[in-house]
Amino acid sequence: MAKIIVVTSGKGGVGKTTTAASFAAGLAMRGHKTVVIDFDVGLRNLDLIMGCERRVVFDFINVISGEANLKQALIRDKRHENLYILAASQTRDKDALNQEGVERTLNKLAEDFDYIICDSPAGIETGAIMAMYYADEALVVTNPEVSSVRDSDRVLGMLSSKTKRAKEGGEPVKEHLVVTRYAPNRVGKGEMLSLDDINDILGIPLLGVIPESEKVLNASNSGMPVAMEENADAGQAYLDLVARFLGENRPMRFTEAKKKFLDRLMGR
Amino acid sequence: MGWLDVFRNNEKKTSAQMAKERLQVVVAHRRTGGGDHPAYFPQLQQDLLAVLRKYVQVGDDAVQMEIEREGDLEVLELNITLPEDARH
Repeated sequence: MAKIIVVTSGKGGVGKTTTAASFAAGLAMRGHKTVVIDFDVGLRNLDLIMGCERRVVFDFINVISGEANLKQALIRDKRHENLYILAASQTRDKDALNQEGVERTLNKLAEDFDYIICDSPAGIETGAIMAMYYADEALVVTNPEVSSVRDSDRVLGMLSSKTKRAKEGGEPVKEHLVVTRYAPNRVGKGEMLSLDDINDILGIPLLGVIPESEKVLNASNSGMPVAMEENADAGQAYLDLVARFLGENRPMRFTEAKKKFLDRLMGR
Repeated sequence: MGWLDVFRNNEKKTSAQMAKERLQVVVAHRRTGGGDHPAYFPQLQQDLLAVLRKYVQVGDDAVQMEIEREGDLEVLELNITLPEDARH
């Protein structure tokens, strides 16, 4: 039985697509057949982050409208045979997404895949609601910053009211917190919300912490999910996150500031 | 805490503390309520607290509010907890 997981946040630019790409890559690297779908119709970017932008012929909207079948639109990752992507349309707008079409596509994918990752667009409009509607679980991506935390709270409200599970009164969508762009040294100086602060406010279990890292930009420059970069701190953090998602017990890393010698001496 | 901390002003809040406090106010309604409260709920709660504080010193959680729905009827239930020594 395939599991559908939405990667969402409300606010833009917090790392949804980066997280969706690395989460999907991490699951595939662990041997699970995984597809990641870009729901950001009109502003597609997942293909760039995954490095397959030149191989997109048909997209999600073509599949929904019947202009192409799934087999034609699914792009197989060149690095991992278990990993597939379904790109968003670049020329259409969000209204091209309709509920029956999304449901039909997800049901078809569920026959073949272990995990279906839905990369949500920013905002709380149609695209974002479509991305979360059929989800079994949700990764709520949050930066340690006021506007992002508030928007995440709003999205948590939507997960518990606007999704299929909420409407049909079943088991609620399982929520996971993913904190990205975390800078422990700034937290230490009292300049950034800590993990505990964010947890106090949002109150959902923490699945992973991704440190602020230049490796994320490097990886996106080259079209490689950062989880595939062996020596990247952020990539390691994503692989830990995936392991925790699969039920392993992994302590959080990259959450303590690296102390300089002088700072230790001064007790800072 | 290092020995240099004695020279620092410990009264001043860090910006992260300010961020947390501000966030707690704006997201509090969802945490306390379950989500289907009217939009004016958090503001009403803050206003009631402010009025109360003209007369008694109370904590942030002194005013508890619930909406009960029975058929077409909506009942606003207010629960105000006064501190032990408030009677004097």
